[in-house]
Amino acid sequence: MPDPSFLVGQALSGLTAAMFLFIVASGLSVVFGVLRVLNFAHGSLYMLGAYLSWQITHWLGAATGSFWLAALGAAAGVALLGGLIERFLLRYLYGRDDLYQLLLTYALVLILGDAVRITWGTQQLTVQRPAGLAGSFELFGAVVPTYNFFIIVLGPTIAIVCWLLLSRTGTGRMIRAAAYDREMLAALGADVGRLYTLMFMAGAFLAGLGGALVTPVRSIVPGMDVEIIVEAFIVVVIGGLGSFWGTFLGAIIFGQVLAFGILVLPGFSIFAVFALMAIVLIIRPAGLLGRPLA
Amino acid sequence: MSAINTTRTWSRRIPWALVIWLVVLSVPWMGSRFYTFLATEIVILALFAVSLNLLLGYTGLVSFGHAAYFGIGAYTCAILMKTHGVPFPIAFAAAGAMAAAFAVVFGFFCVRSTRIYFAMLTLAFAQIVWAVCFKWNSVTGGEQGLSNVPYPDLGWMASLPLLGDMRTADHYFVLVMVLAGICFLVLRRVVASPFGRMLTAIRENPERAEFVGLNVRGYQLAAFAIAGTFAGFAGALFGIFNRGVFPDFAYWSKSAEVLIMTILGGMGSFWGPAVGAAALALLSHQITTVTQYWPLVLGVVLIVLLFAFPGGIAGALGSVRTRLRRHRRA
Repeated sequence: MPDPSFLVGQALSGLTAAMFLFIVASGLSVVFGVLRVLNFAHGSLYMLGAYLSWQITHWLGAATGSFWLAALGAAAGVALLGGLIERFLLRYLYGRDDLYQLLLTYALVLILGDAVRITWGTQQLTVQRPAGLAGSFELFGAVVPTYNFFIIVLGPTIAIVCWLLLSRTGTGRMIRAAAYDREMLAALGADVGRLYTLMFMAGAFLAGLGGALVTPVRSIVPGMDVEIIVEAFIVVVIGGLGSFWGTFLGAIIFGQVLAFGILVLPGFSIFAVFALMAIVLIIRPAGLLGRPLA
Repeated sequence: MSAINTTRTWSRRIPWALVIWLVVLSVPWMGSRFYTFLATEIVILALFAVSLNLLLGYTGLVSFGHAAYFGIGAYTCAILMKTHGVPFPIAFAAAGAMAAAFAVVFGFFCVRSTRIYFAMLTLAFAQIVWAVCFKWNSVTGGEQGLSNVPYPDLGWMASLPLLGDMRTADHYFVLVMVLAGICFLVLRRVVASPFGRMLTAIRENPERAEFVGLNVRGYQLAAFAIAGTFAGFAGALFGIFNRGVFPDFAYWSKSAEVLIMTILGGMGSFWGPAVGAAALALLSHQITTVTQYWPLVLGVVLIVLLFAFPGGIAGALGSVRTRLRRHRRA
């Protein structure tokens, strides 16, 4: 039996990874839920968020709160780009086979990946943890960095805010209606086009935010887009495509399997995660909390 | 009117596939090492893409993990030939058999889900294959892959007429042409057979197909297995051509690449994906000589094609042909 402080440490690090992943994957899930578009470029938007936040912190220097300004600025920038992508590219493909939307987002993966390489080069970039969250504290014998604890709190907060927005506001009702029946909503006079742009921007915002927040923990490198998109897909698929709380659940399971899989099968933890995805899909094809597609 | 008809039947009578096969076969006689290299790559990738199209275009199943069977075939053939010294014909057959076996097992689970979930499940299985190739150091060479995969013993080809003073790579190209040619022939027969028609019926309306008594899942599984087998053959050929096999062969980006070839070429026709494979390989080699930012250019090209040619390259050529014909009739 490993000692309990080690287990707590492992569980918390799994939870931190899970919350990072949830912030990114929730954007993917929301876009799929409403637009029915599986956005391959979501990971690229995440990467762009990371680079933009590095750039903004670089410009701002040591000014107080520069980290938070950079994070929000980067997320907003990525959201803007997302809006442009939806409005000027994706919009013209809605009537056609889903495959073409997939192809478009894959083309964007290629373009954004190279754009990042051209702009920022290929060397690793790092961002300091924000002042005030740079320390760490002890919990049941395990050392927990304060920043990780902040992320563990932030994840559920974002989940609850998004859920309240979706379930309690007028726009949220429209969004849910659009997810059910786009034509009917349009026939009732709603501006579905604008709603779609808004949703895609929201998804991009979450991707950019995730990318910006992850910078103090992981180094910023080209290739982080491909890495995260596979993980985000797994999370969304395990939880159920388009199901918001499913994504939350999927992220937590993913984080714990990754954290404890290392103990059982060192080196094979990626294998464990993919196997988990396959098993979930075999038992519940629509994911843990997903509804089968009509 | 009658004149047009005669030209049409006349052009119909030419076995175009055979003509193109012969033209491609003559590439080594152009004497350029690079052209042979390029032609070998294109033919193998074309086989890979055409095998995917059996699922995508004919059965209407979007597989996101077709690279799994490509990778399994490549690794099986390479491991048998390099580690165990098995002769090529046996290794090649084993590659197809292994890919088929995995396709049956994975496919059994995949065909039970539909649309996007089918795609995701195929992706999950492919990533498992990739993870195993990536980590199983003692057998697959892990992250480093297996390099120096030997060429098959093709010395006997030198005694054939016309093939005497050729390099090994040229001999290998001839072998690829023969094997891929047979594969294309078989796939073409499959597509044109009653079985192939059933697949198309399933693509058009699975509920109705089931209603008239077709075992939809059975047919889908059979298509999945056949597609996987031929992807395995393509992988086996590619591993030798590439002189090495790497985990990337089974990675999702490889699956995406072959999907792009297929969609780009046009999934509405048998040869469309082969055209797509050729276009992508040629573009890639042309552009990488000019700029290192090949993905950027490819992305832009993809977007342009996406909006300019909805039916893929083959679809665009087809519509040009119809328009010409109408023009002549008028």
